[in-house]
Amino acid sequence: MTTVEQETREATSTGAVAARCEGLTKVYGDGETRVVALDGISVAFPKGRFTAIMGPSGSGKSTLMHVMAGLDTASSGRTWIGDTELTSLDDKRLTRMRRDQVGFVFQSFNLVPTLTAAENITLPMDIAGRKPDQEWLDKVVETVGLRERLGHRPAELSGGQQQRVACARALASRPEIIFADEPTGNLDSRTGTDVLAFLQMSVRTMGQTIVMVTHDPVAASYADRVLFLADGRIVDEMEQPTAERVLARMVAFDRKQEG
Amino acid sequence: MLRTAIRNLLSHKLRLLLSGLAVVLGVAFISGTMTFTDTLHRTFTGLFEDAAADVNVEPASAFGAGMTGTGIDSALSSVPADLVEEVGAVDGVAAAEGYVEAEGVYVLDAGGDVADTGGAPGIGISWPGDDALSAVTLADGRAPASAGEVALDSATAEELGHRVGDKITVLTTGPRVEAELVGTFRFGEDGGLAGASMTAFDPATAQSLLLEDGRFTGISVAAEDGVTHAELADRIEAVVGDDYDVATRAEQAADQAAALEDQLSFIDTFLLVFAGVALFVGSFIILNTFSMLVAQRTRELALLRALGAGRRQITASVLVEALVLGLLGSTAGLVTGFGLAQGLKALFGQLGVTLDGGLVLSAGTVTWSYVVGVGITLLAAYLPARRAAKVAPVAAMRADLVRTARPLLVRTVVGTVLAATGLAALAAGSLGDGVGGLVGLGALALLVGVITLSPVLAVPFIRLVGAVLPRLAGRTGHLARENALRNPRRTAATSSALMVGLALVTGFSIIGASARASIDELVDDVLEADYVVSTSVGQPFTAAVAEELAQVDGVASVTQERYGTARFDGEESFFVAYEPDALADALEVTFVDGAVEGLAGEGLLVSDETAETQGLAVGDQVEFLVQNGESRELRVGGVFEDNSALGPYLVSMDTYSATGGAPLDRYVYVGVEDGVDASAVEAGIEDVVATYPVVELKDIEGFKDEQRGSIDQMLMLINALLALSVLIAVLGVVNTLVLSVIERTRELGLLRALGMSRRQVRRLVRLESVVISVYGAALGLGLGGVLGLALTRFLRSQGLTVTAVPGGQLALFLVLGAVIGVVAAAFPARRAGRLNVLDAIATD
Ligand SMILES: Nc1ncnc2c1ncn2[C@@H]1O[C@H](COP(=O)(O)OP(=O)(O)OP(=O)(O)O)[C@@H](O)[C@H]1O
Ligand SMILES: [Mg+2]
Repeated sequence: MTTVEQETREATSTGAVAARCEGLTKVYGDGETRVVALDGISVAFPKGRFTAIMGPSGSGKSTLMHVMAGLDTASSGRTWIGDTELTSLDDKRLTRMRRDQVGFVFQSFNLVPTLTAAENITLPMDIAGRKPDQEWLDKVVETVGLRERLGHRPAELSGGQQQRVACARALASRPEIIFADEPTGNLDSRTGTDVLAFLQMSVRTMGQTIVMVTHDPVAASYADRVLFLADGRIVDEMEQPTAERVLARMVAFDRKQEG
Repeated sequence: MLRTAIRNLLSHKLRLLLSGLAVVLGVAFISGTMTFTDTLHRTFTGLFEDAAADVNVEPASAFGAGMTGTGIDSALSSVPADLVEEVGAVDGVAAAEGYVEAEGVYVLDAGGDVADTGGAPGIGISWPGDDALSAVTLADGRAPASAGEVALDSATAEELGHRVGDKITVLTTGPRVEAELVGTFRFGEDGGLAGASMTAFDPATAQSLLLEDGRFTGISVAAEDGVTHAELADRIEAVVGDDYDVATRAEQAADQAAALEDQLSFIDTFLLVFAGVALFVGSFIILNTFSMLVAQRTRELALLRALGAGRRQITASVLVEALVLGLLGSTAGLVTGFGLAQGLKALFGQLGVTLDGGLVLSAGTVTWSYVVGVGITLLAAYLPARRAAKVAPVAAMRADLVRTARPLLVRTVVGTVLAATGLAALAAGSLGDGVGGLVGLGALALLVGVITLSPVLAVPFIRLVGAVLPRLAGRTGHLARENALRNPRRTAATSSALMVGLALVTGFSIIGASARASIDELVDDVLEADYVVSTSVGQPFTAAVAEELAQVDGVASVTQERYGTARFDGEESFFVAYEPDALADALEVTFVDGAVEGLAGEGLLVSDETAETQGLAVGDQVEFLVQNGESRELRVGGVFEDNSALGPYLVSMDTYSATGGAPLDRYVYVGVEDGVDASAVEAGIEDVVATYPVVELKDIEGFKDEQRGSIDQMLMLINALLALSVLIAVLGVVNTLVLSVIERTRELGLLRALGMSRRQVRRLVRLESVVISVYGAALGLGLGGVLGLALTRFLRSQGLTVTAVPGGQLALFLVLGAVIGVVAAAFPARRAGRLNVLDAIATD
């Protein structure tokens, strides 16, 4: 734990942080139905790194992402994207922040069905009324490998292709940070691997910052760092993960909980 | 099943409300109309019973009073004074009294103007001597007793500002009378005269002024106790013979109420047309709602099927939902209709027709409300229910539920065939002589054809019109267009409400504009005179006006026009009387055969249409029978080209007077000499007219305006129709949009997550709404245009000789379509903008 906080401090001081939070708490309901989804989390995501978040179902992974991305509000604590504190923003500014600084990849239903793949990719920029950087766009499309499919609508694309379009969209506007919630959850292992390799490459070669929630140790192994969540707290972390080490750690957790 | 259906309905209260509203509106118009009609009937029957004598004796008319209420019965006979004695002597008669009653009696106010009766007649009566026979009750002062005294109904006295003791001026169809107002009175139980004014004279004065000395309009009789009215009527009938009609109190009341209700029946018709439009258009909204509900529940329905539910059960479950909706909507409609009737009652009260007592809610009204409301709902829900049953059980298992767009091929073929058939029938029916049935069927086929084709036409139209959207609103505009194109069936059904409404209004607007233009042309073509004199409401007036006008310097011709009804060889018809040598000065008559001289003496002119239908030609003898029983053999002296300024039969003034026609003019045409100072002549004519406040002077333009008045009234009704169709159209669009927003929750959430602002989301919904509405408006304009032109052509023989298209107005309708889109989107757009991003993403 010290390492996480240390890193947070370090990153903050150097300014190389894409997003961070301090004492983040999220409580749902009250009385009988009260659920503490996040319990005083402080974490920072350094720029240019690929972070995976793991943890049992209901541990608060999605909630953490939603609050940090400005899709949901915190009960207490503070969050930042770059140097901007989200907790102080109204809906209009939050919307603009999401549009300009944040990229998303959801587990499913990522694309607008009435738009073609190409139109979906440039959607956030179109909404903002900005011209996409054509050179960059070409590079992204090239990397995703969907050049021939650009004119197709989502219904004419496979699940993996759809997820790759979603990734391309997240990358196209060069956001400060990309949040991906189980982006490969619905894909077979081969297509999943394609998408993960693509995300990894965008971090390595394009300097993108990505935070990804996953249940799959193999998926987590593509990241630079893995955070483990349980009951709304960060309980462990691992640098340069491999699938075997992640699996072993998860098994250890399970034992601990049983015992 | 019932429980599932009700739970489904309750979980979608908003949907329930929106789709139910159309049913509510339609049923409200039906139940409101029926309730009001029943109330009207009860009130008037009661009112006339109050005012009627136990038994009434009147001269019999030679034929049924088929035109009662038109005021065209000019040649009625009267009752001699000695008959009153004879009737009084009948066993069981407590009292019998002759009375006088006539129209065309008006009182002037201090400034010399007549009271505005809003078209209701000015009635003159004799003051009843016997209280038992009196329908009037003195309110102030005393009864008139001599020639210089009159009494006035209190409402008119108040309106004119006359008090008991004032000297007042009364216009009659004969001389002008200066008299003292000695009393005011109320008529019947509650003074209801439906706006008419009533002036009472003492009996002798009434006879000499309004009728003839020694004669009465009729005899009112009071029965002795213990004698039934019917019994007494039989005994009197035995005494007076076949020349007189004897009617009991109930019979008189029923007759009079029927006549009045006949006059008011246009209100019923109008309201029922509203009900029809509301329900027809509403059925599309219901159909749309259920289609969308079924589509949204496909997975649930498939699961039920997979679990073993039969097709029948699925259909039934949807229909039960419709049944519940229909029942709720009809009930709410019934209640709303009651309110509507209450409102109409209040409105009538304002207009001077007091309907006392509560509203009459009959079993018939309730039954019809439910039959129609539930029936329409079930009918509209049937197709979606069938479709629901066709959901394959496997749909439950498929994760990626792509709603396969059903091909529009069958629709295209059926719709095209229907529309083409309709167009052909319209063309065949309206060209040439015109076949009414063909026009009606053609219009119906075209309407159904266009409704069927609407989804097919929507795609190219929205592509075309929507092409500007991306340029206007960037990606939001693009998305809005794509959304409107997503489900052409839904877009079409949504816009159909507006389409039907605007088609109606457009069609009527074209007919109205054509009618106005035709009247102008007709007046220009036919009117030879320079001025027209008539009352504002078409009442008859004294011949003294024409006599005095003839004396004015510079007046070249004065032509009097009088109306009557008669039987021509047994065929009852309206006729017009002219002085033969003056007719040509007033109106241009084009003869097919014979000449205007053929009218002289016992001559008759007939229109070519009448000649054809009645098989008449110049030289034929026609038996002419008027209501008082007088008859003549008239000789056809000419056949003229029909036009709406001329009646079907023209008789000479000689024939009219000789058969007992009243010496009252309806119109007087004045021609001015050539080469004289027109303004001086006009001033002279004005001087004469000014002394008769009942009549008005109109130059050619003024006459056109007056003739166009009735068309303007029709156009007003059409505007009301427009308002209703707009209301329903808005409902339809709101309904679809709300359902679309619910259906697209995830998508909208995604857009919000990706940075679309609330404002942009609202604009997205609004633009889609505008596109759909403009489509409906355009289709409606097109359809209405075709129907309007065809009907105008068809009505050519009725006088619609000019075809006019009110372009500015039609352009306005198109703009209105866009405005409706914006208005209808207000609520759904707000809802869409308020969507919580997280809820949207989480929605399954
Ligand atoms: N809208 C909500 N209302 C109430 N409780 C909620 C809500 N959303 C999440 N929770 C609760 O908060 C906790 C954390 O949920 P979260 O979705 O973040 O878990 P997760 O780690 O993403 O789980 P999974 O791996 O199943 O996606 C859970 O106990 C959940 O029940
Ligand atoms: Mg989750």
